[in-house]
Amino acid sequence: MALPSVIGTETEFGIAVPGHPDYSPTLASSHVVNSYQGGRVRVQWSYEEETPGADARGAGYESYGPAEADPGLINVVLSNGARFYVDHAHPEYSSPECADPRQAALYDKAGERVAAAAAAAARGAMPSGGELRIHKNNSDGKGNSYGYHENYLVSRDLPFAELIRFSATWLVTRQIFTGSGKIGSENGRPPVDYQLTQRADFFEEAVGLETTLKRPIVNTRDEPHADASKYRRFHVIIGDANMSEVQTFLKLGATALFLSAVEDGALPDDLQLADPVEAAWRVSHDLSLNRPLRLEEGGGATALELQRQYYEWLSKYAEREFPEPVWSQTLEEWGAVLDDLETDPARTADRLDWAAKYRLVDGYRLRDGLSRDHPRTAMVALQYHDVDRGRGLAYRLEERGDLRRMFTDEEVERAAAVPPSETRAFFRGGCVERFAESLLAANWDSLLFDVGEENLKRVSMMEPRRGTKDLVGGLLESCRLPEDLIRALDE
Amino acid sequence: MAQERQGKQPSPRDRSGEAERIDVRKADEGHMEKVDDLLDEIDSVLEENAEEFVKNYVQKGGQ
Repeated sequence: MALPSVIGTETEFGIAVPGHPDYSPTLASSHVVNSYQGGRVRVQWSYEEETPGADARGAGYESYGPAEADPGLINVVLSNGARFYVDHAHPEYSSPECADPRQAALYDKAGERVAAAAAAAARGAMPSGGELRIHKNNSDGKGNSYGYHENYLVSRDLPFAELIRFSATWLVTRQIFTGSGKIGSENGRPPVDYQLTQRADFFEEAVGLETTLKRPIVNTRDEPHADASKYRRFHVIIGDANMSEVQTFLKLGATALFLSAVEDGALPDDLQLADPVEAAWRVSHDLSLNRPLRLEEGGGATALELQRQYYEWLSKYAEREFPEPVWSQTLEEWGAVLDDLETDPARTADRLDWAAKYRLVDGYRLRDGLSRDHPRTAMVALQYHDVDRGRGLAYRLEERGDLRRMFTDEEVERAAAVPPSETRAFFRGGCVERFAESLLAANWDSLLFDVGEENLKRVSMMEPRRGTKDLVGGLLESCRLPEDLIRALDE
Repeated sequence: MAQERQGKQPSPRDRSGEAERIDVRKADEGHMEKVDDLLDEIDSVLEENAEEFVKNYVQKGGQ
């Protein structure tokens, strides 16, 4: 039986300096990341151990070039086990490894608090006025997209061809509940007033290694950040960043269940689409949710009908294999969303960003008689994603009770500082908290310490489910100095 | 490629005649007061120079 996946998310934030359009976004992002005052340590991110070009299909290698050619780029590891850094021209938050989808949604949300706090702290470094805007979105509406990636640990025993065969249809059809909504279309797709997702327009291949050009629905990057003889990391690049806590939970939980079922061979059919790339934007463009997609074996079905089929299979599978409450909660939310999308999609405005934003944008637009492409309409849509507590319109909806929450502010603030207890993020975060001055470099699967001896000391963490509070909590407590820790680990 | 896509006809299975989008306004009729209140709140926090902000909002270099 498949183990529940270890889950993490990566958010590339949009960044803007009002009144200074020519200000370098890379520099602004550097100020943001560097200004963060929470528990953190600036490190060298040890890229020499990463292999972003390795392809899970087993053949070929597309080189990315050095990931950190620019010396101005900054890497910070946080006391919650996350990585916060400058990725090209955006601040990026990569959450710590989480043990279940609820926890992963919490640490995803904590990234908003980290980014907002960092932006507030960076004001002094910015041009006059010090204003900065950070958005958790994935498109500027002008043809540029930036990513939100999900990572799921799966067994290496599962042939990658099987993952490819099953997952395209899943990733395309789940967009009906993963989208954050967007005015208009981009990347040469047919014109549309409003669509379900920010990202769908940008996907041009079914399967591939790229993440910036010709983005593929199924990404084949084979970089497990863990024992490669045991694990794969399924890297999903076709999701939107969500403001809604419930939506993030649902997206991660349902996808984790889907992947476990694929691992266990529990899906009777791959439901192969005839043209997944075309289906990706067609699903996103279809607010009626009733246009059928062509299936490879003939005939057609809507994304909603296909999701219903998945729900039927996966709910039986999950009830059998995953008795923990977090999975029944996943099924409850998933079933309810499918019901509501079928009867009246507007009902999902209390938990799906695309529906909540549509309601907001159209209400505003109609009140003032504005067109959809009017700057103020576009501003409402954009500001939905602002991570500043005062400005962000999603937060306004939350405070009014119009957008459901799963977590309290206190839980989110705590998650921005304290790592999950159930994964190796606990060890990483604990070392940031205790031994920041000796921590020289970090990676997802190792930490490099300088304890004043001739050789640097590397601590390897190849098992994402180890390094937990149960396993190393006592050890960390007992070590006053980093050399104590190294000595204890050597024994 | 953009041109090709745009030139493509919908598949015969597309029920193109059906409603293009959900009618969120209809669902909101019962809550117009609440919505008005919300829209006023948006006015109070919306970026002042919306036109300039939106025009300058360009995000290159993303994955």
